[in-house]
Amino acid sequence: MRRIVKSRLFWPVAALILLILINTIARPQFVRITFQDGRLYGALIDILRNSAPLMLVSLGMTIVIATRGIDLSVGAVMAVSGAVALTIIDGSADPNSLGTVIVALVAAILVSLVLGMWNGLLVAVLGIQPIIATLVLMLAGRGVALLITGGFITTVNSSPFEFIASGYTLLLPFAFFISIAAIAAVGLAERRTALGVLTEAVGINPEASRLAGVRSRSIIWTAYAASGVLSGIAGVIYASNIRAADANAAGQFIELYAILAVVLGGTSLMGGKFSVAGTVVGVFIIQTLNSTILFLGVPSAQSPVFFAVVVVIVVVIQSPHLHRLTRSLIRSIRTNQTPEANGTTTNGESAGEESTSDVEVTV
Amino acid sequence: MTALETTTARRTSLRDYYQSFMSRRASLIPAFAAIAILLLLFIGAEILLRGDFIAPRNISALLLDNAYLLVLAVGMTFVMVTAGIDLSVGSVMAFTGIWLAKLLAAGMSPVIAIPLILMGAALIGLLMGVLVQYFDVQPFIATLAGLFLARGLAFVVSLSSIKVEDSAVLWLQSTRFRLGSWYITPTGILALLVVIVGAFVMQFTRFGRTTYAIGGNEQSALMGLKVARTTVAVYVISGVCAGLAGLVLTAYSGAGYPRNGVGTELDTIAAVVIGGTLLTGGRGYVLGSMVGVFVYGTIKTIISFMGAEQSWMQIIIGALLLVFIVIQRAIVARSDRRS
Repeated sequence: MRRIVKSRLFWPVAALILLILINTIARPQFVRITFQDGRLYGALIDILRNSAPLMLVSLGMTIVIATRGIDLSVGAVMAVSGAVALTIIDGSADPNSLGTVIVALVAAILVSLVLGMWNGLLVAVLGIQPIIATLVLMLAGRGVALLITGGFITTVNSSPFEFIASGYTLLLPFAFFISIAAIAAVGLAERRTALGVLTEAVGINPEASRLAGVRSRSIIWTAYAASGVLSGIAGVIYASNIRAADANAAGQFIELYAILAVVLGGTSLMGGKFSVAGTVVGVFIIQTLNSTILFLGVPSAQSPVFFAVVVVIVVVIQSPHLHRLTRSLIRSIRTNQTPEANGTTTNGESAGEESTSDVEVTV
Repeated sequence: MTALETTTARRTSLRDYYQSFMSRRASLIPAFAAIAILLLLFIGAEILLRGDFIAPRNISALLLDNAYLLVLAVGMTFVMVTAGIDLSVGSVMAFTGIWLAKLLAAGMSPVIAIPLILMGAALIGLLMGVLVQYFDVQPFIATLAGLFLARGLAFVVSLSSIKVEDSAVLWLQSTRFRLGSWYITPTGILALLVVIVGAFVMQFTRFGRTTYAIGGNEQSALMGLKVARTTVAVYVISGVCAGLAGLVLTAYSGAGYPRNGVGTELDTIAAVVIGGTLLTGGRGYVLGSMVGVFVYGTIKTIISFMGAEQSWMQIIIGALLLVFIVIQRAIVARSDRRS
């Protein structure tokens, strides 16, 4: 039991289960999944489908944050990628052919890779602070996307392209399988090879890991390139979902939600130790919370207030100052009690309290 | 800068002067670079647009159109000199703007409504400052929470825009004090006053020196300076500035709109960085930020004069930001090697 509670994933998973429970009690249809025409439908399936863009972006953000960086440009990269893909499909003779769509996707992902490499160049080689280095692309990226689409919202009718976001394979939405593939790719690369350990080493102490022979520069560069590619795919999914390239709305605020997902998942913004599984849970928490807020009838424009409250609660729980405060509070309560009154029971209690505060540190 | 060095190498006296100036006043170089860029922009636009650009009317409009950004930039300079960042300014501006419009529409007197919205903005700043100082939250995350909170609150106040009919608020914008073809509006005067007060506080008060000390060197900041109080205060200052900017923008557009100022925090940060404030803290000038805002505004004016697409604005500001951070990076690397 103690080991489960001490696990880094305990609090994020507990929060997600609590959120699902609240939803189920408030509206029993939330967990209902219906089977129709060989497809599954339901609120939970919608969450799986709609979370795909945020999932991809957050996975990339996790790796970047692990190297002690941050990538603000993900939303702009999404906009550029969507613009590239749709402009190619729109300009082609046959928008419905699979070949055209594949060419468009490859081009979009390649452009995103270049944009990610650009961020990596600024951070890893020129040594510019990540916040500012990626701010450049965050500002300029949407301008580039607008130039590509010519300032309009490009719309297309292409069934293979629409399949990406709204198609179904094996009962489940295709977009969910893209998420699974990305989680598997990042998980395997970071956890089944030495890359994950090296990334954490770079994040914990860049100078020491460089002296120890870790090629920190190329690891940081790879992290930003990966974030670029993942954002590019996310941009394609977003564009496929609305069947249009909207340079202003695509991926707006997604960098903030992605950072929130990473933090909710237990990865510290100070870099170092990171958790891919935690990020996955974090994304589902955000998506479920979003669905809850919509269910409550709150206009989606007002939902940021809820997320602000979540951010404040999470950072305050993580804060070392609060832990010092609670610990001294517990101590003062214990010293105020008479020695006869606290026998074995108080010891048990205090051990329990100690362990929860330990968990909070690891969260 | 290496190019400059080689040209001065032949004349030793000049080179000595240059070197001593560089080592003593290195933090001024980015600000000078911003002024040089501003002058170049003016001259370039004058030539490109065949003598239509440098006119009193245009320069007066520059202050009028960018008054809100100028107010935001002053607050942001305080935060960035302490090595912090404030992402919430655009949202707080939208929130206070729409709240003011709503209060006025409900018949409240501006004498009560304006202090009320400023207090609201200060409270959001206080929340972020407390998170940063007492809960060890990174400024980026704390102000991100502020961004979400204020943007959501703006939509809670109203989902659509509210027209302002109050004569006192409209007076701020419509009145023009003229001197020949030059003019200035009360919003412009307000923005300049904020700049003057900001510059004075930064340069000539104990509070200002503490601000520089927090960003420059944490150890020296420990020597009897009120670090905690000052850190919280800079976020409150930035919040109040964002509140004032909300007032200015509402007067400027004659309405409150909850979608105002999306991305304005980035424009503000860009203007402040162009004006020579270092993101690593410890260096920067309020007057430099003013120059940065004017560089931003001039580029915007030139683009609309040329009839080019607004998307170029984002690309040019991004590129300019890049140039300035590379210059700053070089300067920091130089001074690090010296010390």
